[in-house]
Amino acid sequence: MQFLIDNFAALTVTGLAIGAVYSLIALGYTFVYGVLRLINFAHSEVFMYGSFAAVWVVMVIGGHPGGSIGQVIFWVALMFVAAMAMSGLVAVLIERVAYRPLRKRNAPPLIALISAIGASFVLSETMGLREKIAGWFGLDDTLRPYVNNSRNNVPLPSIIKPQGVFSIQGYEVTNVDIFVIVGAIAMMIMLDQFVSRSRLGRGIRAVAMDPEAAALMGVNRDRVIRVTFLVGGVMAGAAAVFYLLKIGSTRYDVGFILGVKAFTAAVLGGIGNLRGALLGGIVLGLAENYGSALVGTEWKDVVAFVLLVVILLFRPTGLLGESLGKARA
Amino acid sequence: MPEPTMKQSEAETDSVIHTEVDITPLDLGGSTVPEGEKLLEVDDVTLRFGGVVALDGVSFDIRKGEILGLIGPNGAGKTTCFNVMTGVYQPTSGGIRFLGAALGRRKKFAITKLGIARTFQNIRLFANMTALENVMVGVDAHHSTGVISAMFRLPKHRHEENTGYRRAFDLLRFMGLEDKANELSRNLAYGDQRRLEIARALATNPSLLCLDEPAAGFNPAEKLRLMELIRSIRDQGYTVLLIEHDMRLVMGVTDRIVVLEFGRKIAEGAPAEIRDNPAVIAAYLGVDEEDAS
Amino acid sequence: MSTSTTPTRTSRPDFKGRVSGLPTSAKIVLWALFAVFLFALPLLNIPFITTADSDFGGVLFTVSTYVLVALGLNIVVGYAGLLDLGYVGFYAIGAYVVGVLSSQHASLPWLVAVPVAIGVAMISGVILGAPTLRVRGDYLAIVTLGFGEIVRLSLINSQWLNGAQGISNIPRPPGVTLFELPSLDWSSGAPVVDLDNTTTFIKFGIGDFIPYYWLALVVIGLVLLFDILVKNSRVGRAWEATREDEDAAELMGVPTFRFKLLAFSLGAAIGGLSGALFAGKAGFISPDNFILLLSILFLAAVVVGGAGNRWGVIVGAIVVGYFPERFREFAEFRVLVFGLALMLLAIFRPQGILPPRRARRVRRADEREEHIEEGLPDA
Repeated sequence: MQFLIDNFAALTVTGLAIGAVYSLIALGYTFVYGVLRLINFAHSEVFMYGSFAAVWVVMVIGGHPGGSIGQVIFWVALMFVAAMAMSGLVAVLIERVAYRPLRKRNAPPLIALISAIGASFVLSETMGLREKIAGWFGLDDTLRPYVNNSRNNVPLPSIIKPQGVFSIQGYEVTNVDIFVIVGAIAMMIMLDQFVSRSRLGRGIRAVAMDPEAAALMGVNRDRVIRVTFLVGGVMAGAAAVFYLLKIGSTRYDVGFILGVKAFTAAVLGGIGNLRGALLGGIVLGLAENYGSALVGTEWKDVVAFVLLVVILLFRPTGLLGESLGKARA
Repeated sequence: MPEPTMKQSEAETDSVIHTEVDITPLDLGGSTVPEGEKLLEVDDVTLRFGGVVALDGVSFDIRKGEILGLIGPNGAGKTTCFNVMTGVYQPTSGGIRFLGAALGRRKKFAITKLGIARTFQNIRLFANMTALENVMVGVDAHHSTGVISAMFRLPKHRHEENTGYRRAFDLLRFMGLEDKANELSRNLAYGDQRRLEIARALATNPSLLCLDEPAAGFNPAEKLRLMELIRSIRDQGYTVLLIEHDMRLVMGVTDRIVVLEFGRKIAEGAPAEIRDNPAVIAAYLGVDEEDAS
Repeated sequence: MSTSTTPTRTSRPDFKGRVSGLPTSAKIVLWALFAVFLFALPLLNIPFITTADSDFGGVLFTVSTYVLVALGLNIVVGYAGLLDLGYVGFYAIGAYVVGVLSSQHASLPWLVAVPVAIGVAMISGVILGAPTLRVRGDYLAIVTLGFGEIVRLSLINSQWLNGAQGISNIPRPPGVTLFELPSLDWSSGAPVVDLDNTTTFIKFGIGDFIPYYWLALVVIGLVLLFDILVKNSRVGRAWEATREDEDAAELMGVPTFRFKLLAFSLGAAIGGLSGALFAGKAGFISPDNFILLLSILFLAAVVVGGAGNRWGVIVGAIVVGYFPERFREFAEFRVLVFGLALMLLAIFRPQGILPPRRARRVRRADEREEHIEEGLPDA
């Protein structure tokens, strides 16, 4: 308890930063759930591919510590472009390969979930075996720095040195913390505006509310679904960059635990509800940081899972309720 | 021979209904109500979904041994009324009394066990189970075999399986489905599926059988046979609540009729009274009386 | 009775038809021969089937734990239609209960610890199921996934359970040394009885895993019998009805929640039993034995084989458990391959290799119907 009080500021800032990352990933779950009523189990891999794209692009352009402000901004911008493009692509690919054939046959949701689990494993193992796979094409030497240690942590070359900007309660809040929290929340506000204002956003909401009526009104359902996956993927790509800046490394199976937590965040806020994803992510980030301060860091992941079970028990529709369109049982 | 081709295809799928098979309700030692007394009372039931009032102070009762028709235009709240009676929805206010006791917040399966069974407007059979198995699920409502009895094939299991299968098979014969007992229910013809739903509901040994548009999609000849069937079900000792669109069918088979419109009861009485009730005609047909005739 | 056994649905009697047309006594003999073959399999050392790189007895034991687990998971996924992604949690609980009771904190014999392990796994199934089985099916998948991880992380973090080091010196199942059984040697091209390479009947030692495989076979037989008896009763019908249409089942008087919980806890119990068996054979368990991947492989076994058909899931379990051992050189690709298999199956054959055989049930029901007709007084 004393530890929690002494480190309250540090725990809060870390919780907010990591919670913001959860929120961005949670958006992908919530978006797809809202439109298709199914859990995109493979979404965690979308995040993972984005994180690798971001690391690799920094390696390619030779990002290094001590770059000028302009350079750093350029590198980070490139990370965003690479990660968002990669994640968006993977997300659309998943939709095309793992979901669309099932949708055409009206397969039950459990079958879709199994397909998604399969896709998830194929994606993460492909990344985890990239050295072997590159070897098949004789590329393992050429790509050595990128495929080395396929099954271990891959660090992001350090390009920003976290610097304290101001301090609360003795904890130096760094520029990275601020960037992650503000950046992630800004992205979500943009997305919220996109969904409520743009024509595509209206299409998404229409399909979420009533797919058949939307189709009758001339909304192209397949296109809306593709866009949904794309947007969720792009957000996961952004999340990957924020995550790397905060945590500093990634690996082929990083998606699993983050995915389950992001899903928890989505359910916590009310799945299918965009603002719920934001709230859920932040609450989860804070809860697991405070919780682990109370019972020990090694129990951090357990805290998150227990929270998930407890929410489902007492408020299965989440804090803000389920509504991209409106909740249907 | 009129309409030869039609009849021929029908004759292939249709089978003889054995209404003489004894399917009278089993005496399971529950409370009973004498003939003609109130079996179920709907007491001032109101049901709201958000701002929408689906049922608005509806009251009526069903007497033991009668066939009560529940009619009304689309969206009048007939199926909603069923759903309240069978525990799918909890009324916002008011309540239902069955066999003299309030249903309260009983679970759906408990209400079925108490003696209210229903069919569905859109057929909801267990598609990948055989016809006989579908009926057995209904019969099982009053069984108590658990893992232990099944595992050791205890006498309770054997007794329940034997009497249960016999009862289920009787019900299939009653409905004329005995030849199709081992077909998967999804492979049955439409009319057979409808009758199978009734058999499955009867298998739960209900004091009150609720039929939700059992004649939907039937041609006139089939409807006639269905009327006959419903009557013989009543004659075997069941009380029937019937939702139906077809006025002729309802008028021909029911003892009394309750009319709903926009969630409100607008009339109640014998078929002849309802037929001449101007409010009903206006509501039901949405036109003037003279146009109706 | 005997007149109806000739197949009427197919004109040409296929293998299945011919077998089912045999008299009961012949069927029993066939089954007995098959059982003997299964028991003798590790001694026969049949070329190609026998794994070259790893001890065949050990491989067969691994395959049989997969079969056992798949049978348990089939009750949950196949019969009741509940997607459980944390099944490894129950497997771990079973193994750890044995570890705790027989080595870490007490020294009960293995045989005494096993029933406790089954019981604890079952109770944890109830504890997990009671709150979560009310939520929607796809939520259940994620909650169970979380459960599997909670169990593993708790094992790592708990000093009482010796953390990441795990528990060692778990006692073996009790045995009786009766006689030695020789095995076959095919190295000369033809089978030769090899009297130097023998297995003691029935001694659960270190190095020779064949007796553990025999034990596992017996347990599989018992679980199969249990499965058949329970499935073919009111309980099995209630599961099936719930899976087909939960609301309709509830309205037909099936207490669906209770039956889902029953399926969940029975599945958990069988998972715990498998874990206990594993602990008895390995002698040493650690959290690394219970990674999430196992849950997915177990699920793959059920889905690949054909959820809902016990023979199908056995085939699936053999595929999932055996192939990576036989083709060791590709072992690191197995997750990739199973991921791919899950996807392809979901897309092209969602019912699995051997879907539930309705025909068999129909035939059985035909016999029953005849029985009823004969019994009717007025027929």
